[in-house]
Amino acid sequence: MKERLTAAMDKIGLPRLIIGLFLIVFCVGAAILKLPMSMLLSDMLVRFGMNAVLVLAMIPAIRAGTGLNFGLPLGVICGLIGAVVAIEYKFSGLTSFLVALGVSIPLAVLTGYLYGLLLNRIKGQEMVVGTYVGFSIVSGMCIFWLLAPFHNPEMVWAYGGTGLRNTITLESSFDKILNNFLAFNIGQVQIPTGLLLFFAFLCLLLWFFSRSKSGMAMHVAGSNPRFAQSCGINVNKMRILGTVLSTVLAAVGILVYNQSYGFLSLYNGPLMMAFPAAAAILIGGASLRRATIGHVIIGTFLFQSVLVVASPLFNVIVEGSFSEIFRGIISNGVILYALTTGREE
Amino acid sequence: MMAMKLELAKNSSVLTVRIRQKLIEMAVPLLFLVLCGIGAYFAQLSPVFLINEIIMRMARNPLLVLALIIPVVAGMGMNFAITLGAMAGQIGLIIITHYEINGITGLLVAALIATPFAVLFGYLTGKLLNRAKGKEMITSMIFGFFANYVWQLFFLAFVGSIIPMRNEKLILSTGVGLRNTIDLAGIRQSLDNLLKIQVVQGLSIPVSTLLVVALFCVLITFFMKTKLGQDIRAVGQNMEIARISGIDVDRVRIYAIIISTVLAAWGQLIWLQNIGTLNTYGSHVQVGLFAVAALLIGGASVTKATIWQVLLGTFLFHTLFIISPVAGRNLVGDAQIGEFFRVFVAYGVIAVALLLHAWQKYASTKKL
Repeated sequence: MKERLTAAMDKIGLPRLIIGLFLIVFCVGAAILKLPMSMLLSDMLVRFGMNAVLVLAMIPAIRAGTGLNFGLPLGVICGLIGAVVAIEYKFSGLTSFLVALGVSIPLAVLTGYLYGLLLNRIKGQEMVVGTYVGFSIVSGMCIFWLLAPFHNPEMVWAYGGTGLRNTITLESSFDKILNNFLAFNIGQVQIPTGLLLFFAFLCLLLWFFSRSKSGMAMHVAGSNPRFAQSCGINVNKMRILGTVLSTVLAAVGILVYNQSYGFLSLYNGPLMMAFPAAAAILIGGASLRRATIGHVIIGTFLFQSVLVVASPLFNVIVEGSFSEIFRGIISNGVILYALTTGREE
Repeated sequence: MMAMKLELAKNSSVLTVRIRQKLIEMAVPLLFLVLCGIGAYFAQLSPVFLINEIIMRMARNPLLVLALIIPVVAGMGMNFAITLGAMAGQIGLIIITHYEINGITGLLVAALIATPFAVLFGYLTGKLLNRAKGKEMITSMIFGFFANYVWQLFFLAFVGSIIPMRNEKLILSTGVGLRNTIDLAGIRQSLDNLLKIQVVQGLSIPVSTLLVVALFCVLITFFMKTKLGQDIRAVGQNMEIARISGIDVDRVRIYAIIISTVLAAWGQLIWLQNIGTLNTYGSHVQVGLFAVAALLIGGASVTKATIWQVLLGTFLFHTLFIISPVAGRNLVGDAQIGEFFRVFVAYGVIAVALLLHAWQKYASTKKL
């Protein structure tokens, strides 16, 4: 009995179990406090959709054997550049979203390629180097945002300052472009159809890719590099491919995130983006070496839902920005857990 | 004759190789020396002001950087988790401010209170890092982030509600949580002023603090010669060989982190007594980042760090810190660009140093 229990525990995984329990307890708490359930459910769906693509970006990196992609901010910055360009030329609606994608994806391919080359030279230390490469590029880009020759008055400081604003509204461009697409209500719960469909579409693409020849090769290269080499797979090339895919998904992910959020946040906005995404996929049951689309869906749903329910709940019980603290403790705690329980090695 | 010539040629080539090696080692500090020079040229600061600032920083910062040395020697890389040591120091300060223990006594009491906390935090960090061998740096970094949120939880939500504490100077008007800034008037510059020499108007030397820093430099040098110090070095060189020769590797690694954390706690005390105000939720956040960047700018690597590199790195990094906002404002008309630049330098230096190290390590394993 005890053995079966521990086996079941192993299968579910401690992070998933704890966050799942939190979610149940919080939901019961919310019901007792009579918080508006329909609003919470709508929020859960939106928050799931807006974060899921960024979490999805972790998959190719983990599968290619480079671990959690803490260099995610690189892709995020490519996405932001795409968005800024789309706004500068005053595109609006769906066109602006497509222009942003069109600009950022090639940029992300290039960035991912260079980043992949770099990661191939530092095997075994990808996570810490990636973190600091990400940090330094984000802080270097702060100078770019300050000096870049953009002129659209929506984006630059009105007077007294130079450079782009910290937060840029997307009202005139692609605010809620996916969220509102085919959106409908079930009771009082709003379903952001376009957002969920877009995510499903990306999942499908990734699924097809993983069934393809290069997808298989990438998986083998990631899980057993020596064996892959003996099969004639070019491991380094596969790692670059994984990094490129991850960076592109990060760029797309931040655009999806921003269109739902309604604002771009530049400067230090992307600095810490990688950690919640990494935490989400780990909560879903992934490890540093194994990740599936299922992990992304479960993990993002659990993590974001807990946060959605927690924040009004904490506001009722205690004062202050307690939900932010809660988020930080969970996301860093989960990453620490994954780093210190290397059972897959 | 021929043999002599050969010998000579060999000697000279050995010499050039040695010079080249030294140059490569010194490349990073030299680069930053040049950067500082260019910055100083554009900043046009008065020399008295500049020298005063540099001396002040050379007194208050090196101990935090020194705290990093022993984990590096132990082969654990940069201990980004010295954030926890800084927190231990701040706990001491919060308690003495609460009980209004002032002056140098207050500072000493704070150090006394901080030490057991630092030992405990160091022990926890060490335990954790032993479970993540080969991934120490990323783990210590994430642990630092984690601890920062626990700190916020504790002092923002628990103090005043679960832990009874009433003090208008410390607690927010709602009765729960510490204020964002805490005035440390009671101990402000109590160590600096113990023995301070004013050279000219606007230039004074906090001799007492400098002496404390010097004392710790000497202590660490001696410590590395003791049995435990030698064990730490052995573990750093090769864990397997150390284990075979009978060293309890895990235990030695925990000791290394405990020492590092305690030094960081005291370092944070020295830093904050000079600053004079505690930013409750911010003072400790960047401690790890700036200390690591300073050490690397001094020419240290992830596996090798000396006391001279600590001093040189602190000097260069903080000179750049003083100069870059002013230089940025004079060059582009915006001080913010200098701010961004120095943060970029801090992160960038760490990225490049980690990159070079990982690259070398990977290249050497590939050769084998």
